[in-house]
Amino acid sequence: MPGYYDTKHLAEFAKIADDKPELGKKFFDYYGSVFADGALTAREKSLIALAVAHAVQCPYCIDAYTQDCQQKGADVEQMMEALHVAVAIRGGASLVHGMQMRDRARKLGM
Amino acid sequence: MTQESIEHDIQGVAADLAADRSSPRPATSLQKRHSPLASSAEQLRMLDAVPLERGGTRVEFESLIGGALAPSALEVFQVNLGKLCNMTCRHCHVDAGPDRWDAMMSDEVVEEVIAAIGRTSAHTIDLTGGAPELHPRFRDLIEAAVRASKHVMDRCNLTVLLLPRNAGLVDWLGERGVEIVASLPHYRRPNTDAQRGQGVYERSIEAMRLLNARGYGKGDPCRRLTLVSNPAGAFLGASQASVEGEWREGLSREHQVTFDRLLVLNNMPISRFLDWLQESGNLDAYMELLVGAFNPGAVNGLMCRNTLSVGWDGRLYDCDFNQMLDLELSLGEGAHISTFDETSWLKRRIVTARHCFGCTAGAGSSCGGQTA
Repeated sequence: MPGYYDTKHLAEFAKIADDKPELGKKFFDYYGSVFADGALTAREKSLIALAVAHAVQCPYCIDAYTQDCQQKGADVEQMMEALHVAVAIRGGASLVHGMQMRDRARKLGM
Repeated sequence: MTQESIEHDIQGVAADLAADRSSPRPATSLQKRHSPLASSAEQLRMLDAVPLERGGTRVEFESLIGGALAPSALEVFQVNLGKLCNMTCRHCHVDAGPDRWDAMMSDEVVEEVIAAIGRTSAHTIDLTGGAPELHPRFRDLIEAAVRASKHVMDRCNLTVLLLPRNAGLVDWLGERGVEIVASLPHYRRPNTDAQRGQGVYERSIEAMRLLNARGYGKGDPCRRLTLVSNPAGAFLGASQASVEGEWREGLSREHQVTFDRLLVLNNMPISRFLDWLQESGNLDAYMELLVGAFNPGAVNGLMCRNTLSVGWDGRLYDCDFNQMLDLELSLGEGAHISTFDETSWLKRRIVTARHCFGCTAGAGSSCGGQTA
């Protein structure tokens, strides 16, 4: 094995269905439906995907949704704003646990 | 107007442009840089060298679409008045610029085009360049088209409308019902300035305000303002239908300007965009992207089927991109506007090459926007 990530995996992602076709098909059908224009536009969904890609730190998703956001007409400033939403929630999620730390510290402290 | 006076006028325009510091210039023409890609043969060679393969076989345009494209009735008569432009955008497929007064339509060819406009069954006369408004006989061509009851489109870069020499032009165009088809890469500043130069966005909005004040972009079919977007990079255009609302809302909220419709084009891998693809290391991946995004549903509406493209020197092509690659109509040697015959034109074989993948990718792309 040359390493844990390979750029060609992204282009070949559909092959993941080869070893379990019925579940693979369900996943990709579902995936396609999720990203279609609906109550949210495909562009809004692409920006959400870009933010989530950074939150889950998936390099494949970051590659794919950077290009997808650009192709859906978003510019880099808009994409960076979406990213900061993920950053704020990740940071906030750590920080809000500080409430528990405070409660515990006050209980134990004098 | 004589040929001497037209040349004198063109030199005058070029001198004004050379002195003009208000139009930003992010790039210089390939010709001025003495780039090898100033040659169309070199561009075709570079495209041929891209290793596009499927199952061990080279992918060519006709193999992808399954044969030659079938011509349809002539609808659009597109005239390229020449390469002179007040701007030098990084993606320009014409290699236009303020230094390109060497490639401008002569008086004799203008007269031949006017005669052909009188004969053609096409319903639309589409004027392009360069900046067609900079040609001394731009207005004569429009008058001829209006006399022949044609719909006229002016492919406009917006900023040219702000040049002092074009004061009053918007009203003049409006009185003749000319549709202004204006390039604006993106409705926000960053991508527009990245492609067209610092400050172009501001000037484009200023031109849109001028157009709106003169009745353009407000739903009047005689003063139609169409915006044309293209991607600022090595990716496909957004869906027209999907982004038009966002453009309307964004431009109205930020600048209180309006337009009538939005077209979205893909960038063709030729001329300065090809140069940029090569320089930025994006060429092979972009060509793969175009082939991978091939959309059979985009073929039927391709402009080359219903469009005649006339070059500044009167030579004839299937589209403006073929014109830039010197891929002439397949009507025998030296097909020229002076001898243009619509009946034989209908029987031509449409000329294609690898740049054509740009027009069938994603939602498709033509001078009339997306085709799928």
